[in-house]
Amino acid sequence: MFAATELNKKNQRTEKLVRILFVMMAGLLILPVLIILTTLVYKGGGILSIDFLFTNPTNGMTEGGIFPALLGTIWLVVVALLISVPLGIAAAIYLSEYAPDNWGTRLINLAIINLAGVPSIVHALFGLGAFVIFFEFGTSILAASLTLAIMTLPVVIVATRESLQAVPHAFREACWNMGATRWQTIRRVVLPNAVSGILTGVILEVSRSAGETAPIMFTGAVFFSPFLPQGVMDQTMAMSLHLFVVSTQVPNVPENLPYGVALVLIGMVLIMNSISIAFRMHLRGKKKW
Amino acid sequence: MSHNHAIDRRNLDWYIDKAVQVLVFIGGISAVIFIVGIFLFITKEGIGFLINTLDLQEFFGSPYWEPSDEDAPEYGILALMAGTASVTGLAMLIAIPFSLGSAIYVAEFATGKTREWLKILIELLAAIPSVVWGFIGLTIMNPLIIELFDVPVGLTVLNAGIILGLMAAPIMTSIAEDALKAVPDRYREAAEALGATRWQIIFKTVLPAAKNGLLGAVLLGVGRGFGETMAVLMATGHAVNIPGSVFDSVRALTATIAAELGETAVGSDHYQVLFTIGLFLFLITFLINLTADLIVRGIRNS
Repeated sequence: MFAATELNKKNQRTEKLVRILFVMMAGLLILPVLIILTTLVYKGGGILSIDFLFTNPTNGMTEGGIFPALLGTIWLVVVALLISVPLGIAAAIYLSEYAPDNWGTRLINLAIINLAGVPSIVHALFGLGAFVIFFEFGTSILAASLTLAIMTLPVVIVATRESLQAVPHAFREACWNMGATRWQTIRRVVLPNAVSGILTGVILEVSRSAGETAPIMFTGAVFFSPFLPQGVMDQTMAMSLHLFVVSTQVPNVPENLPYGVALVLIGMVLIMNSISIAFRMHLRGKKKW
Repeated sequence: MSHNHAIDRRNLDWYIDKAVQVLVFIGGISAVIFIVGIFLFITKEGIGFLINTLDLQEFFGSPYWEPSDEDAPEYGILALMAGTASVTGLAMLIAIPFSLGSAIYVAEFATGKTREWLKILIELLAAIPSVVWGFIGLTIMNPLIIELFDVPVGLTVLNAGIILGLMAAPIMTSIAEDALKAVPDRYREAAEALGATRWQIIFKTVLPAAKNGLLGAVLLGVGRGFGETMAVLMATGHAVNIPGSVFDSVRALTATIAAELGETAVGSDHYQVLFTIGLFLFLITFLINLTADLIVRGIRNS
């Protein structure tokens, strides 16, 4: 007969204990955040309305809505995407389809890691020194979006490179054997098979750029502007900076106003990320190879 | 190739192919250009101070930061470094055990749907913007700390450390989980065949094998904490101070730049010293990222 020895029993007890310990660790990581999110919804939910989203702030930003900030964030994100998506996709195509395995490629990879790792305030200093002052764009949507684009470039590059590399090599070889050039192969075979993965990365970048504050503070976003931006050379308000302003810089703000702003901002970001994740899951189920 | 019997393939498609190759190469090296550009432009804006005014001993050794004093400005960043270090240190004390624990749970224990959902949740946590974290520090943590510990101020090392720990943990969890997943299953199977329990497999086999990747995760977390701006600006209390306990307010290097840059005149000493701090931050994070990359690459090659 196989009976559990003392050692077996002791091992089983440790096993159970360890399991409980790790469940608790994962739980303790997630629980505070869930409590915080619930508090945000509880305190900020009441102020949310169509009016809140689509009217201007009034009375020294202590009343009214967030429309100029919402519109400004859309401006900033769209212009940043127009710059970083083509550039990031080109970089990813180079790294995935052309780059030889040498020190130059390693240098590019190191640069990408560092673009993602450099503090956001350092990107802000760069944006100020380069775009606002040197290229004389002034504090404008263009300068702020360029700064955001460079900062979030690694998001697009990494997602695109991954989805390009997920296309099986046999697809390319089949195409080359038909006499197609490298670019024809990429355009007709590789990109169409990777397009959904690229889109996932783009959505992630939207979420990243919408939430960033420091890089736009000195390059194009302002505390308050009585006018809506008319073009890329205008300054603008932005959601992230607006949250900072109403929670630290403006006196006598009613308590639920900053909670409402925080809720809209975090809602935008989380919805974008959820779409990106859902998209990825859907793709994984659909892959033909 | 000799011209006599080679077919000339240089038609329009051939030229387009070459043009695209050049274009994507430009895209590829743009990342390098930007990193060099960041270094050059920040140095350019701060160079006057670096050459004329900077006294290294005062800069790194003095706790007095009074750059806007008109008669005798003081440019010591010791207290600011202490602020950054104390907040990052506390954040890591919180984030390292929790993220490693969560990563072990997700990678080694959780299965199926639980695992999928945990990973999604962790990814969503990592997406919360830093200004929202700062707002949470200001409005939720601040009164909570005042009440729980019966202290006069809640915007302290403790507040910012917890906030930063919660911020860094999801990213560290993801990277640590990747490192654990990279350990081949045959290691686990071999240990299991020898009669090891799950805990013994993890502790004696998986963790040692994933050591480098885990270290990389910790380093990236440190880099993240070090460079975080908005959350520490809002949650530390922003007082120039070498902290004696976690209940003291401090001020971080990043937050100093964010708070003061808007008030300075372009080209003034104060403006230039902020760029000098930026250069210092750039170099430190560059080193941290480089080291983390070398360590992680080390495991991939072996």
